[in-house]
Amino acid sequence: MSELDIEQYKVTSEPYYEPQDNEVTWYQAAYNARLPVMVKGPTGCGKSRFIEHMAHKLDKPLITVACNEDMTASDLVGRFLLDANGTRWLDGPLTVAARIGAICYLDEVVEARQDTTVVIHPLTDHRRTLPLDKKGEVVTAHPDFQLVISYNPGYQSLMKELKQSTKQRFVAMDFDYAPAKVEASIIARETGVDADTAKKLVKIGGVARNLKGHGLDEGISTRLLVYAAHLMNQGISPTDACKMALVRPITDDADIRQTLDHAIDSVFA
Amino acid sequence: MTLSTPTPEEKTLPSELQPFREQLKCSFEMIDEVFEDCILDAQRRLSDEGIKAYLKGASLICMIGRGVEPVLQYMEVIPELAQKVGEEVITLISDGVWEASRTPNGVSIPPFMATLGEAGRRLGSLEHIQHYLEILFDMMERTTGSIHGHHTTEPSPGLPDLLNQMPYLLSQVSLEGLKNWVDYGVRNYGDHPERQRDFFSLQSADSRAMLQRERHGTLFADNERNLGIYLQALWQDKDYLVPYSTGFDELRQPVPYYDKLGMRIPDVYDDIIDNNNGNMLVSGIDRYRAVLAHMVAHRRWSSPIIADNFSPFQRITIETLEDARVEYLAIQEYPGLKKLWLSLHPVPIEGECNQEGVSCIRHRLAMLSYALLNENHGYQNKDILQTVSEFKALMQSKENTETKDIVNIALGYITRTRRQEDQAAKIFFDNTTVDYRDDNRRLWVFIEDGDEEEQFDDHENKKADEEEEIQALPPRHYPEWDYNTKSYRPDWVSLYESLHPSGNPADIDKLLEKHAALAKRLKQILDMLKPQNYVRIRYQEEGSELDLDVAIRSLIDYKSGSQPDPRINMSHKHDGRDIAVTLLLDLSASLDDIPAGSSQSLLELSQEAVSLLAWAIDKLGDKFSIGGFFSNTRHDVKYLHMKGFSERWDDDVKARIAKMEAGFSTRMGAAIRHAGHYLGKQKADKKLLLILTDGEPADIDVNDSKLLLKDAHKATAEQDSNGIYTHCISLDPKADEYVSDIFGSHYTVIDNVNRLPEKLPQLFLALTK
Ligand SMILES: Nc1ncnc2c1ncn2[C@@H]1O[C@H](COP(=O)(O)OP(=O)(O)OP(=O)(O)O)[C@@H](O)[C@H]1O
Ligand SMILES: [Mg+2]
Repeated sequence: MSELDIEQYKVTSEPYYEPQDNEVTWYQAAYNARLPVMVKGPTGCGKSRFIEHMAHKLDKPLITVACNEDMTASDLVGRFLLDANGTRWLDGPLTVAARIGAICYLDEVVEARQDTTVVIHPLTDHRRTLPLDKKGEVVTAHPDFQLVISYNPGYQSLMKELKQSTKQRFVAMDFDYAPAKVEASIIARETGVDADTAKKLVKIGGVARNLKGHGLDEGISTRLLVYAAHLMNQGISPTDACKMALVRPITDDADIRQTLDHAIDSVFA
Repeated sequence: MTLSTPTPEEKTLPSELQPFREQLKCSFEMIDEVFEDCILDAQRRLSDEGIKAYLKGASLICMIGRGVEPVLQYMEVIPELAQKVGEEVITLISDGVWEASRTPNGVSIPPFMATLGEAGRRLGSLEHIQHYLEILFDMMERTTGSIHGHHTTEPSPGLPDLLNQMPYLLSQVSLEGLKNWVDYGVRNYGDHPERQRDFFSLQSADSRAMLQRERHGTLFADNERNLGIYLQALWQDKDYLVPYSTGFDELRQPVPYYDKLGMRIPDVYDDIIDNNNGNMLVSGIDRYRAVLAHMVAHRRWSSPIIADNFSPFQRITIETLEDARVEYLAIQEYPGLKKLWLSLHPVPIEGECNQEGVSCIRHRLAMLSYALLNENHGYQNKDILQTVSEFKALMQSKENTETKDIVNIALGYITRTRRQEDQAAKIFFDNTTVDYRDDNRRLWVFIEDGDEEEQFDDHENKKADEEEEIQALPPRHYPEWDYNTKSYRPDWVSLYESLHPSGNPADIDKLLEKHAALAKRLKQILDMLKPQNYVRIRYQEEGSELDLDVAIRSLIDYKSGSQPDPRINMSHKHDGRDIAVTLLLDLSASLDDIPAGSSQSLLELSQEAVSLLAWAIDKLGDKFSIGGFFSNTRHDVKYLHMKGFSERWDDDVKARIAKMEAGFSTRMGAAIRHAGHYLGKQKADKKLLLILTDGEPADIDVNDSKLLLKDAHKATAEQDSNGIYTHCISLDPKADEYVSDIFGSHYTVIDNVNRLPEKLPQLFLALTK
């Protein structure tokens, strides 16, 4: 395990990130104090991008784990595997991160079952250790190790609440879709579309976000706006690109589709 | 019906037409005066056979004893009609009239004949005319003489009214629509002469609403949600949308407007079709969007100004420019609006208002309006050009223009262009109506009216008002299914929701104590159902954990050279429960009954059962609400809120259950729809609507015992398609006769009601296990 190549987890080229506020400074402070960080915000608003950006800036390896409801503690911590000579222990991503001093980013941590999330508890308080019960080892986290989780408060379901005892181990940063001007420049910068097109895409994003709670669980994310711009770069007409990237994926509600289609036609007239 | 004016002097029939006159057995003097014209017309249009039938038919009508009028009508209208749809129609009509004359409905014959011209133009085929007659005869038979049981002595009260409305009806609805509408009227008001007449003369609201449904075009009623979404999504605006009818108020066509009570828009918009090629220019739904966008633009960017300082002409000029200003701003947001509005804006032709003594004020303003919206207007008029360029300059000079900024431009224009004739009574109207624009009533405040406070109320205040109005739970309207027509009666039932009154919560605790033993047994079941259970699944090739026993066995196999079992992992399955439940209680009067062999009333038993169930569900942690209902005609269905999804099983809720009372009737469909409305909004994997009732659906304003039953069935089906599972618990020993008609196999009849408190929670658990 010692021969693990740390470099493979490094973010090599600088990911573009457009700050919305002072989050870069805040995050840096949290990292310096090795405090666990929770990034909150709707899907596709730049949380993952931000963490990649910070890992690069801090020159630390980054290990990202996308959580899902089938995930168990072993998926994070590690498990015994069978091989020719008997069984062999394989570290999970969380253990690897703790050993090599990486930033471990657990994306959408609420998706994981609650008994899974508790394994992060000892790592996120003063102990900074990770017990591997099955293996009978206690890993002490590398001084550079930091845990970051993301959390989308949009899903209003009792089932998808973090436990208080989990929540209260993190400092948190709120993210949201960037203000219109910033979001437009993000899209233009990411995809190379002209400023006017980017502005129109953002306008449509805003229209859909107005329907949050009125038939849409989430509005249209920055990610989807970026997708639409990519489609346009491929020569798809703006209205078709928007319908394909912005409307079809998010809803099957006929009234809402009609309204969004109409908005697209009105904006790209 | 216009007949050719008979000349004053005696007409002498040319001798070659004499034989025809002899075939017509009818000696009214009037006949002789028009006969020549009629027969010449008939000769041009009909075959010899046809002419024979024509004259025979007229002779028959002459015999019915209704005077000369129907004969004349017949003679006038038949040739053209027969030419259009075929000569069979000739006898069809005369026989029909003959038949009608043998009923007490002779008075309806002239109005019937009067409808034939229009019917011929609209219906255009023999088959359609036949249908048309069928509808009328069916209506006539079903409404004649059924009033006091004196068979066929009383004429149909509604038939003459129906016939009088016919040209209008035919212009509004298809034949099928007509049939549905007539049928509806007959079924509902067949034995009520007054109301029947109100219905068929289009006086009653019900009648108009029904007709509305049969009309063409894009109905507001079908698009209310769509338009609400439009306002919310594109404009972040919301308000009540109040439809008005364009079909009836013919003196003054209503115009869209908005005020404190909401935005008034037409109840139907037809698509606008290009007459040249049949292509759709603007869809009905886009017309609605055009109206709403215009009003929203005013709500956003207009602020009222004081009217008293301006003359009426100055005011309408200001309105024109203000309309253009807010549209300009809206187009900045959504450029597509320009095309939409332009396609609805009239295109006044320069110079078309050129008569002496006619006021061209509307024409000039419409031209200005058009020029402001469309830079390619092509007008030469220099006043218009100047004003347009002043307007452009203003709009480009700053982002936040205001209503008062356009006042000077408006006043300049009207001063420069005012003419003496503007005052003329005769006004040039062609191409001047911009029908997607509201009447601008909110643009003005009148100091003299002294109503400043109301008028000046700023945006904030207004918003707050609106919120409040929406909070104050207006009645909800639900449709009701009419199995006869297989159609919904729109907005038929008014349902009022309110909080159930409260009693003493301790009473409920006492009930629960009484059932302590039962509660204990239930608790054991509950513990098993609790969602913390994980189920271990062994023998998995891929799993979350190594199953050591199996793995070692496999390893031994492997080492000893035999084929190892690769399924050495195990995983866990989360045995989750994500259920939302609504318990709907029938609180109708029969609940007060004390069933045979019991010391308690159904009400008391229900209270116990509900309490136990609520307690159990609360223990399980499922989302749970309780509502009760009773009704007193379709105008008054009460829905009582007893427990909301967000409320715990606490003293507030217990207090409401403690106060449960019985009264009135059981209009079940509306209650199911309302409960389903809330339950549908819950986020849960499984949704269950439990209905506790002691009898079949009924209400005092419904005689047809099947109607509410079928409606309840329909309501259940609606829930089903909405992902809600409905289950009925009936306390009615006779329930087997009807309950499956409503709930299919989703029901339980509790035979021994004394055991309800025990049965209800058990049943719930069984359903959700
Ligand atoms: N501030 C930003 N700077 C640069 N790009 C951004 C920014 N915000 C959003 N993006 C763009 O949006 C896309 C989606 O962002 P990202 O993947 O970080 O979303 P997320 O918040 O992590 O979403 P999820 O919760 O679904 O994982 C990025 O790929 C990037 O193109
Ligand atoms: Mg992400």
